[in-house]
Amino acid sequence: MQLVQRRPLPPRRVRLRPGGVLPILAILVVLLVLVGIRQPSFLDPPSLMSFLGRSAPIILLAAGQYFVIVSGEFDLSVGSLVTAQVVVAARLIDSDPARTWPVVLLLLAFGALVGLVNGLITTRLRVPSFITTLGMFLILVGAVYLWSDGAPKGGLSEEFRRFGRRAVEDVPLLGRVPYALLVLLAVAVLAVVLMRSDFGRTLVAVGDNPRTAQLSGVRVWRTRTVAFILSGLAAAVAAILLGGYSGVSFQAGAGLEFGAITAVVLGGVALGGGRGSVVGAMLGALTLELLFALMNFYGVSGALRSTVQGAIILLAVAVSATRSSSR
Amino acid sequence: MPDPPPAPLLTLRGIGKSFFGVRVLDGVDLDVAPGEVHAVVGENGAGKSTLMKIVSGGYAPDGGTVEVAGAPRVFRSPRDAQRAGIGIIHQEFNLLPERTVAENVHLGHEPVRRGLVDRRAMRERTGRLLASIGETTLAPDARVGQLGVAQQQVVEIAKALALDARVLIMDEPTAALADHEVELLYGLVRRLQHRGIGLLYVSHRLTEVFDLSGRITVLKDGRRVTTVNTTDTSTDDLVRHMVGRELSSYYPDRAGPADRGPVRITVRDAGNRKLRGVDLQLRAGEVLGVGGLQGSGRSALARALFGVAPFTSGDVTLDGRPVRLRSPRTAMRAGIAYVTEDRKGEGIVPRQSVLDNALLASRAVFAARSGRAARTRRVRELLATVEVRAAGDDQEIRFLSGGNQQKVVLARWLALDPQVLLFDEPTRGIDVGAKSAIHDLVRRLARDGAAVLMISSDLPELLGMSDRIVVMRDGRIAGELPAAATEEDVVALAVGHVTETDR
Amino acid sequence: MSVLSLLPARRPVPGVFVALAITLAIGWLVVLVDGGQLFNQSTTVSLLHVAAGLGFVAVGQTLVILGGSLDLSVAYVISLSTLVAAETMNGSDGALLPAIGLALAVSAGVGLLNGLLVTKFRINAFIATLGVGLLLKGYLDSNYDGPAGVTSPGLVQSLGYQRVGPVPLSFLLLLAVTGAAWFVLSRTRFGHHLVAVGGDPEVARLSGVRNDRVLVAAHVLCSLCAGLAGVYLASRLGSGAPRVGTEGLYDLESIAAVVIGGTLLAGGRGGVVGTVGGVLLLASIDAIFNQLEVDAFFKQVIRGVIIIAAVAVYARRTLRKAAS
Repeated sequence: MQLVQRRPLPPRRVRLRPGGVLPILAILVVLLVLVGIRQPSFLDPPSLMSFLGRSAPIILLAAGQYFVIVSGEFDLSVGSLVTAQVVVAARLIDSDPARTWPVVLLLLAFGALVGLVNGLITTRLRVPSFITTLGMFLILVGAVYLWSDGAPKGGLSEEFRRFGRRAVEDVPLLGRVPYALLVLLAVAVLAVVLMRSDFGRTLVAVGDNPRTAQLSGVRVWRTRTVAFILSGLAAAVAAILLGGYSGVSFQAGAGLEFGAITAVVLGGVALGGGRGSVVGAMLGALTLELLFALMNFYGVSGALRSTVQGAIILLAVAVSATRSSSR
Repeated sequence: MPDPPPAPLLTLRGIGKSFFGVRVLDGVDLDVAPGEVHAVVGENGAGKSTLMKIVSGGYAPDGGTVEVAGAPRVFRSPRDAQRAGIGIIHQEFNLLPERTVAENVHLGHEPVRRGLVDRRAMRERTGRLLASIGETTLAPDARVGQLGVAQQQVVEIAKALALDARVLIMDEPTAALADHEVELLYGLVRRLQHRGIGLLYVSHRLTEVFDLSGRITVLKDGRRVTTVNTTDTSTDDLVRHMVGRELSSYYPDRAGPADRGPVRITVRDAGNRKLRGVDLQLRAGEVLGVGGLQGSGRSALARALFGVAPFTSGDVTLDGRPVRLRSPRTAMRAGIAYVTEDRKGEGIVPRQSVLDNALLASRAVFAARSGRAARTRRVRELLATVEVRAAGDDQEIRFLSGGNQQKVVLARWLALDPQVLLFDEPTRGIDVGAKSAIHDLVRRLARDGAAVLMISSDLPELLGMSDRIVVMRDGRIAGELPAAATEEDVVALAVGHVTETDR
Repeated sequence: MSVLSLLPARRPVPGVFVALAITLAIGWLVVLVDGGQLFNQSTTVSLLHVAAGLGFVAVGQTLVILGGSLDLSVAYVISLSTLVAAETMNGSDGALLPAIGLALAVSAGVGLLNGLLVTKFRINAFIATLGVGLLLKGYLDSNYDGPAGVTSPGLVQSLGYQRVGPVPLSFLLLLAVTGAAWFVLSRTRFGHHLVAVGGDPEVARLSGVRNDRVLVAAHVLCSLCAGLAGVYLASRLGSGAPRVGTEGLYDLESIAAVVIGGTLLAGGRGGVVGTVGGVLLLASIDAIFNQLEVDAFFKQVIRGVIIIAAVAVYARRTLRKAAS
């Protein structure tokens, strides 16, 4: 088909728009300044590096949750999945270093499988995703307790734990760079690349208007199922880091799903789908962790975390709801 | 001249309404007397539904007055109109399928005794209301969802009467009814007349209008053309009044005989829930116009060809080979593209960029076909070719005008090099400039060898663009017309005006 | 016919009770084969106690779900209510009524907040009540490490353990609450309007229903029911328990009971009678497993599967209905 060439559209330019990362960056900078005033030593490279390493799991979970939320669903099973992964890893490795890598692969496969089941139940059986994933939460927690007779068994190998607690030593300027941070950076790059790919753009389109997507040839159910699988994989990686850092316990992943959702919302991602970036979601998680650190410096009880999360969710959603209704 | 019946129940004087600077209604006068059926006819887009929304409190008019029983009234909401005694029966019923007839009829004003809902009174009152309009078989306890469409309509009418409606607006009341149910509606309308209720009867179907009404008002382009006594007019007269818009706009040249290519798509005796016995041929190089009223099966035809709501019977061949178009993906793989009627709900992904919108289909179905950079470059070229006006290709599409959004949607499909294009109301809600740009594009696509099917309610557009026209009615193809057809020909086929060969 | 037609949810009600009867029959057989007895005094009593606790919450949940909304904060409201009640009583019978009143008032306040967030701020009910739940969770986590307060002995003896034959007083109270809710739904304007709002908000609005008010009221009633469940649990436990609501999974289980009871998750159809059937079904399964001495964790896995399966079955049914 030969059509006449006309004036091209102006090229892309950077601009402030809803769903962008500028607001969350601004909040992050403000918090950094506040932390710097209260506790200047926190901003020294070694402590900053270790903070980033500690925050890696929740940032990973936020990235995973982002895929699901931007496609218009929720994944409330990630916290229990992390717990399950840590307990399973400990029992399977049973302190035998040789089993480390097979178990790592198994954990990834397990995470993907849980995501697949979540996705298929939600998209094919039309069960609302919050019910699917809360049900999965029960199943995973129950299964893990059942399998380990009520108390974690076995132990993690040192090889397994190094991802979560070792670091590359003696890096110029930075000092120790935790492996967790490197893993995080690698996953972040992958996530950004993925969101720029055909799949990523289609995923956001599905969250924004599934009707149009379907009429443009998108297999909506498949796209959403893949999002759940990605969330499961992210949970697996987070579990590996978390297990290494803090060891085996039935509380390993408790409440992480709420943290991840809060982070995603804080990062400017619309609940219900169709808007926001994965970088925003990850920055949201970092900001949330920094906020908790700040609360800690000011002596606020860590138990209030949930209240802060609830308030952030309600505030963010209320603000975006009033903004969209006023236009 | 029609004789004005004494003491009208409802009088409209000089009603005007504009949306975004576009005049939709202009100085419309109308009145309804007790016991009268006043029909309002006009083409799609003549302003009928806007007028009915104003009468029933859905919109406030920009100008003019609404008088009920001689007293001017201002309706701020549908409730105000209800209280003033004006009820409306929409095409889409306002009923709760899970509740009983009695509960639906009394929703919002349940009878109360000692603070509690008096269920017995509710049932009895419903029974009396139904009996008063001659409906004795319908149980007040029946669940509305289990009733047929005709009975649901009766419930809607009872619901309006329960609020003491004196004027009833019926908007295309027969659109959803089967033939034998239409007879029942006739009886119902007669009984409402006997009760002294004034009826505003909006319909495309001239047969009904002649059977039922006492007077007929014809609207065209937001103005009242005429009001006549039904006995003083004929269908030919009415059709003549309804059409005849000025053909001021320019349309590109039609296809010459040399441009017509081979048959691309053949549909033989195909049908589904909304279509029956469809036979159709679509040739390369031509624009086949599809006319007909809303709900006549035009969109259903396009959706069946695109695999959204596939044919369940009959055969479709593409380039001589049988195909089963069972999903949009299979249709797209077969080289078919579909520009939907509902641009906002089904055409755009509102919060994504222009570029992402234009790339959506390529990404979804032909992801691996060519290099990403080359594909993006090509889509950018297409966006430029269709002359999308935006601040940049990263602008969110919802901030673009309707015409520009439509061009982006077009670019999305052109990127797939489709051989067959289905357009459903491609220029609805689009400004004049963009409209003629889209006309040019459609014609150019046909000239380059594509087979184009174009659904349009805009008669000048349909006649100006098409090389052939098929007109649909009640899920069937009512007839085919040559390019030289007139608006009267199309309307006559669409409304079922009985001509020599019909039935 | 005319009696039947008074029930807001005519067809689904038998369904759940049939399922309940079959479950009990099979359970009775299996337990018998296993060498136990399902219907002895103590199992029946404990079954009804379990049903009472879940029942209060589920009846409230039915109201919001019927109206097209949802409440995920109930688990935290329950915990909060046990604490408010037990701490105010502090072991004395004299403070009994003020304590119950305060617990219910606090719960109603949470419901009001939920309702306002859903209606005035137009926040999706799932998000709004999740957010409010997190607010409460933070409060509970930061102020309580374990049980606190002492329930008044009078309440423990009456609501907690008093029985009429094998039927606990609490279960009778549940029947009374259910009856009241049924009465409200079928015989008050509020009830009619609530079902209409859930069925189609636009139709309700055009018919003159004030949707926002109706929904706020439903949320308040739902939280009140959760608060009542809290008072009951305080009477069973003898003190306030900051995690009893979440550990009992009252949020998910109440939604499951409602759905199993035949109420549409999207609202507009259903009723409290079916919900009580759903509650009894879940409690029976629990009792059967207890008799078979099934592992508690295995029970939890089964609970998850049942919840997902129940919703899937009903989602399928509504889909088929929409298609026909």
